[in-house]
Amino acid sequence: MDLTLKVWRQENRKAKGRFESYSLKNISPDSSFLEMLDVLNEQLIMQNNEPVAFDHDCREGICGMCSLFINGRAHGPDESITTCQLHMRKFSDGDTIVIEPWRAGGFPVIKDLIVDRSAFDQILQAGGFISVNTGSARDGNGILIPKEKSDESMDAAACIGCGACVATCKNSSAMLFMASKVSHLALLPQGRPEAVRRAKAMVAKMDELGFGSCTNTGACEVECPKGISIAHIARLNREFLVANLKP
Amino acid sequence: MKLNAKIPSGPLSEKWSKYKSSQNLVNPANKRKFDIIVVGTGLAGASAAASLGELGFKVKNFCYQDSPRRAHSIAAQGGINAAKNYQNDGDSVYRLFYDTIKGGDYRAREANVYRLAEVSNQIIDQCVGQGVPFARDYGGYLDNRSFGGALVSRTFYARGQTGQQLLLGAYGALNRQIAAGNVTMYTRTEMMDIVLVDGIARGIVTRNLETGELESHFGHAVVLATGGYGNVFFLSTNAMGSNASAIWKAYKKGACFANPAFVQIHPTCIPVHGASQSKLTLMSESLRNDGRIWVPKEKEDAEKIRAGKLKPTDLPDEKRDYYLERRYPAFGNLVPRDVASRAAKERCDAGYGVGSGQAVYLDFKDSISRLGKAKIEERYGNLFQMYEKIVDENPYETPMMIYPAIHYTMGGLWVDYELMTTIPGLFAIGEANFSDHGANRLGASALMQGLADGYFVLPFTIQNYLASQLSVPRMDPAKQPEFAAAVEGTKEWNEKLMGIKGSRSVDSIHKELGLAMWDHVGMGRNKPGLEEGITKIKKVKELFWNDVKIPGNADTMNIELEKANRVADFLELGELLAKDALHREESCGGHFREEHAMSDGEAKRDDDNFKYVGAWEYKGPGKEPELNKEALDYEFIQVKTRNYKE
Repeated sequence: MDLTLKVWRQENRKAKGRFESYSLKNISPDSSFLEMLDVLNEQLIMQNNEPVAFDHDCREGICGMCSLFINGRAHGPDESITTCQLHMRKFSDGDTIVIEPWRAGGFPVIKDLIVDRSAFDQILQAGGFISVNTGSARDGNGILIPKEKSDESMDAAACIGCGACVATCKNSSAMLFMASKVSHLALLPQGRPEAVRRAKAMVAKMDELGFGSCTNTGACEVECPKGISIAHIARLNREFLVANLKP
Repeated sequence: MKLNAKIPSGPLSEKWSKYKSSQNLVNPANKRKFDIIVVGTGLAGASAAASLGELGFKVKNFCYQDSPRRAHSIAAQGGINAAKNYQNDGDSVYRLFYDTIKGGDYRAREANVYRLAEVSNQIIDQCVGQGVPFARDYGGYLDNRSFGGALVSRTFYARGQTGQQLLLGAYGALNRQIAAGNVTMYTRTEMMDIVLVDGIARGIVTRNLETGELESHFGHAVVLATGGYGNVFFLSTNAMGSNASAIWKAYKKGACFANPAFVQIHPTCIPVHGASQSKLTLMSESLRNDGRIWVPKEKEDAEKIRAGKLKPTDLPDEKRDYYLERRYPAFGNLVPRDVASRAAKERCDAGYGVGSGQAVYLDFKDSISRLGKAKIEERYGNLFQMYEKIVDENPYETPMMIYPAIHYTMGGLWVDYELMTTIPGLFAIGEANFSDHGANRLGASALMQGLADGYFVLPFTIQNYLASQLSVPRMDPAKQPEFAAAVEGTKEWNEKLMGIKGSRSVDSIHKELGLAMWDHVGMGRNKPGLEEGITKIKKVKELFWNDVKIPGNADTMNIELEKANRVADFLELGELLAKDALHREESCGGHFREEHAMSDGEAKRDDDNFKYVGAWEYKGPGKEPELNKEALDYEFIQVKTRNYKE
């Protein structure tokens, strides 16, 4: 396949970015999208240019490190996958592909296609855990959890923290990300004792970090590579409401 | 060097409790006077950093990724072993210990492995407490499945994302300690060197990957939890950034490197598709619970399938060779990984391979007709989806194609019972050490070991060391010449790399190294091949130092420089790996020397001459490393030939 790429280039946090065009030839349709970018970078290095910086690590859709807005969609045109799982067979010979970083106030660009997502860590540090010291837990079967609850909790826990939800949301809201953690823990008996405190603390931190509000558009759910449902946002709202009714 | 494993005396089952009750501890008021550096945030690193923080130590934790949650433990799929015996199928601490020692082909330490089995149950409790949503049955109890090398179901799992869920649990505990101020987290930060003061590990030099800035950090102890070195083969199931630089720097500062040749080749990975391939994707071992592995019985059928003239689904059962079931009736498709990998290679080398010729089938036809598609989807849905996205074939309808790939490294820094390396004050945990898996690791045991080390072993054993360091005050790196020298050394190293200005990209050279490793130091090893491999590795190393091309500068974000630093270390490590493989004139576990095989093709171990841990000691640039041997004395179990046939 022969392709034209329009890639966002930006030297550092302060620099002004721009699109650069590159043409690529003979890309295998069986290559992954990131392998296609590897080929581009090899070409750029050979031409004495700086390669395009992009985040990636596991390349199997689970670490959440890869990002990219591809032709206006988070993680590209395919459904329920991350960019590293996107394959070139989803494109056609002669296509022009536009590649941008996540764009959101909470995710400043560091270089080219790499953004700073440390705000996600900060939201979870505010309360996205169960307070249990090493060695103090009781027997695993001492806590019975109905299969349905456990499965639903797992659905929410599947979040990989990639940030596609924020990047897709017109308000740059982190609600789906946060709700997945609140829901994952609130559905389990172990997570109930702190459920109220947790929801309050995480929402406050999200607001502080400059993420927008949720207006129930649902775009986040569509672009989530792990198919996390906005039903979890409803649960977060419920937890938050309860949290604020209590003194 | 004399290796002292410091194994406590007494009966096997009492060693750990005896150790714990007699070791030195640090009192609560003194704990906050100690700084501990933990490099890496995978299962071992995150669990250690969090647990040490909970105890009151001041921890500095480092990772090269943008968040500690992304460490490669996240990608582990299948599960974690524990001796809970919830299934009432005869499991026990002893059986888990025995299976692990046997699975490792009798090349691991008894006392360490017993301790691992002993703390395994606590790990499950801890993870449930943290909210890890393990699979449950309708009664609300924890569910299990079986993995290779075991006759019981002792594997706990969270769909096909067990590593992710366990890591998120440890990451949650870590976040709690970061919020509490006990752990300071440094992301996008790579360790460049270890700093020794009077021969004792006292800190590290790091490079901020965003700004290129070099920084010094002091610690009363340094813990490396930086994972394995599988990427020396370029193509592996490791993450792209997984690297061996931290443990290699430790080796060059005097820490012995044990059993580098013990590399695990995982039997069920998606086969290689082309030259631009960047990594290999694993299909969880759990699939072997329900999938049957086969190739055609007749060569003509294999040829027709490869040519696309015959569909695998059209080949009747009697024309298929379920070779694992045929060769190993007792364990069948659930033989250990090394055995399954070699059997696949044997069939493909003999001309029965499918796909490109380097692939075998993993078929779910029978289990789908027995259990229904819905059940299979519930068990393996995410794996099937992953396969379809990569290969563009539907594994519910046509068998998966799989082939072995580099996956895990049993070798690593030599550590004693306390997980301390041969450098005082330097510890290694998780995949970074060599300690528990011998020559082959059983499935679902890596997660167990990482968390055992981080939650339940290191937080105790490190105190035995720190108790002797009470008189050592916090050092200011700015006033310590050793730190300044290490920063200067790192700067010069980077400048040397940047100054080569050659014509080859780092990746292109890394691929050449990987090919040499795979061809000569891979699944089937022999003397002439290994010697040729060493010559080739040396040539690639020369090529690298003469012709690598790194655009940009060292004092900004520079991804090519990061890669070059890692590859420079892989080039040296690859040679040591080959050297170790050459010296070990036997076949055991993942290390298969073609000269040492039984008449039926099974591995031929040589206990008389090689029942030891081979710990290599660095002797300086250009000098031959020295081999130190730690004899493996089996006091409590009888060493046998591994048999998975009956």
